[in-house]
Amino acid sequence: MRSIHSGSTRRRAAFAALATSAALVLSACGGGAATEGGGGTEGGSGSDGEQTITFIPKQLNNPYTDVVLGGGEDGATEAGFVSSEVVGPLDASASSQVSFINAETQRGTNVIVIAANDPDAVGPALEEARTAGAKIVAFDSDTNPDYRDLFVSQVNAKDVALIQLELISEQIGGEGEIAILSATANATNQNEWIKFMEEELAANPDYANIELVAKVYGDDDDTKSFQEAQGLLQAYPDLKGIISPTTVGIAATARYLSTSEYKGKVALTGLGLPNEMRPFVKDGTVSEFALWDPAQLGYVAAFAGKALADGSITGEVGDSFEAGELGEREVGEGGIVLVGPPTVFNAENIDDYDF
Amino acid sequence: MSLDRTVGAAPAHPTPGHSRPSALASFLRLRELPVILALVILVAVTAALNPLFLSEQGIKDLLLNATILMILAVGQTLVIITRNIDLSVGSILGLVAFGTGSIFVAAPNLPIIAVFVLGMLFGAVLGALNGLLITIAKVPALVITLGTLYIFRGINNAWAGGTQYFAGDRPEAFGNLSVDTILGFPVITLIAVVVVAIVAVYMLGTRPGRDLYAIGSDPDAARLFGIPVTRRVLLAFVVNGLLAGLAGVLYASRFNSVGATTGSGLELDVVAAAVVGGVAIFGGSGTVVGATIGALLLTTITSALTALRVDKFWQQAIVGILILAAVVIDRIASVRSARKLRIAEARNV
Repeated sequence: MRSIHSGSTRRRAAFAALATSAALVLSACGGGAATEGGGGTEGGSGSDGEQTITFIPKQLNNPYTDVVLGGGEDGATEAGFVSSEVVGPLDASASSQVSFINAETQRGTNVIVIAANDPDAVGPALEEARTAGAKIVAFDSDTNPDYRDLFVSQVNAKDVALIQLELISEQIGGEGEIAILSATANATNQNEWIKFMEEELAANPDYANIELVAKVYGDDDDTKSFQEAQGLLQAYPDLKGIISPTTVGIAATARYLSTSEYKGKVALTGLGLPNEMRPFVKDGTVSEFALWDPAQLGYVAAFAGKALADGSITGEVGDSFEAGELGEREVGEGGIVLVGPPTVFNAENIDDYDF
Repeated sequence: MSLDRTVGAAPAHPTPGHSRPSALASFLRLRELPVILALVILVAVTAALNPLFLSEQGIKDLLLNATILMILAVGQTLVIITRNIDLSVGSILGLVAFGTGSIFVAAPNLPIIAVFVLGMLFGAVLGALNGLLITIAKVPALVITLGTLYIFRGINNAWAGGTQYFAGDRPEAFGNLSVDTILGFPVITLIAVVVVAIVAVYMLGTRPGRDLYAIGSDPDAARLFGIPVTRRVLLAFVVNGLLAGLAGVLYASRFNSVGATTGSGLELDVVAAAVVGGVAIFGGSGTVVGATIGALLLTTITSALTALRVDKFWQQAIVGILILAAVVIDRIASVRSARKLRIAEARNV
């Protein structure tokens, strides 16, 4: 039912988007710009000031996404896109982004920036968009590399995974059972981090006494994550700590812990938004958690899109482009552009951040 | 559709055909019996395998999980009994929950009780909107409330955007309603129990309550009989909206964040709870107590399967099986009671 519900909401949103774009095209025609904005742009030819960029996040109305997109909009303006838009589904299900990609293809958007809910489900639609001339920049959560020109990654996936392990290990004193409460079971970025965590747990002798007993999925839904946290503590009475590599999950788990007898007894860390986690850091439920600055992610993605659309880079390893005030960024192995190292938040520094 | 229909429509129930109207026999005929049994077995088995399931924290969690669904199921039962349905409850809950968050941010010093009243009034207004559309336009409730499901959700999306309000934005005393317990029962669960008790008594013992059953059994007959059908159906929707509003306020008390998507998809859980609890989807029979236990059963299954480390993907399948079982049991019961009635009538001649 959920999919039907959001399906229709999505259709309405798509319709509104189409209507807006129709209006834009009409006004563009009135100005005499004719087909410029609509069709394919061969390399960087007739481009200056006419390029459009659209961001397709995993899900709209998600606080983390909003910060990312805020940075994206800033970046798009600074990079010189004539228009930047955000469209997207209200739920983070695998196929929910496809219709939005198709709509962007039909509009002739020059750059599509997408955070994939599923690396393959969006593939065919993205292929079509590229055939029509669009440049695809994946950010936040990668698509299958075949379907995009670049992937702007928050940070090195391995760094993200390792810092969370370091934090939990510190908090539980280096031994005991831990569990992971993730987003959806097929979320690309979470699964990659989890994979690195598992490898590191197996390989690093420092973690020899830490046992990962469960991986559960709260689907980035407050209620579900809440109940999954509850279930974990019941199913694993000896659980010492939880890693939640998703902002919704860590906040929901923190809320549960802070209102239960487990407060202060079970450690919690992961990736969270400072604004959302502040009360739990102050009341002692959570001592430290990590995150990068999400705004920079959108910001860099916008500049990467601009460089691709201008034809100044092609997404080859070694290509580099100027990312506004953040300086130069280089394309690394696998077409990945890194944004920056993760930050660790705790009671001392959390008040310095506002996102 | 079966036993209660006779109770509702024709109070002259004890027919000459009944030879053993003992307490045991009537207990065994209770519509709620299967769901009670299922709940008891489920809890017993789970607790045997994982004693933590019934620890103090475990029980508290079980009750807290069920609370919001219980309240929604009670409201939904009133509506279903009149042979209607309200699919917009998840959206109403979402709007009220976000509204509650907004109120606390705008007026942090407003007494908590006032917030409850405002939330319930807001819910009642939305419910009345549903009820008016259905009774005036005479369009099936399924269609109207499907429409308002999207409308209310759309308003919520437009209103909230990406804004979310967190537990930290609300007074601690408000959040504590879902933390503090009295004799082991969380405060918000006690609120739910009071609601169930009031509505149950109303449905059993008052004329308007009985009217709802009559309307659901046969709306035309009820109208001929002089029952103010329109007013009663409207009442059911208003009360349902009011309870969804209450649930929305409690949601804001219990969970960390309220925002644009709060409560989406909840409506089907609510209908499932009512059906599993023995409320016939075509109206005319079922009790709010049954629906409450149905809600408790559904949320307990989720917790039990998690506590037993069963893959959560099985949970939905199990809920589905329960719904089918409830419908089959209802069907068998109604066939049997129809036959009994025929025999009784034949003897009367």
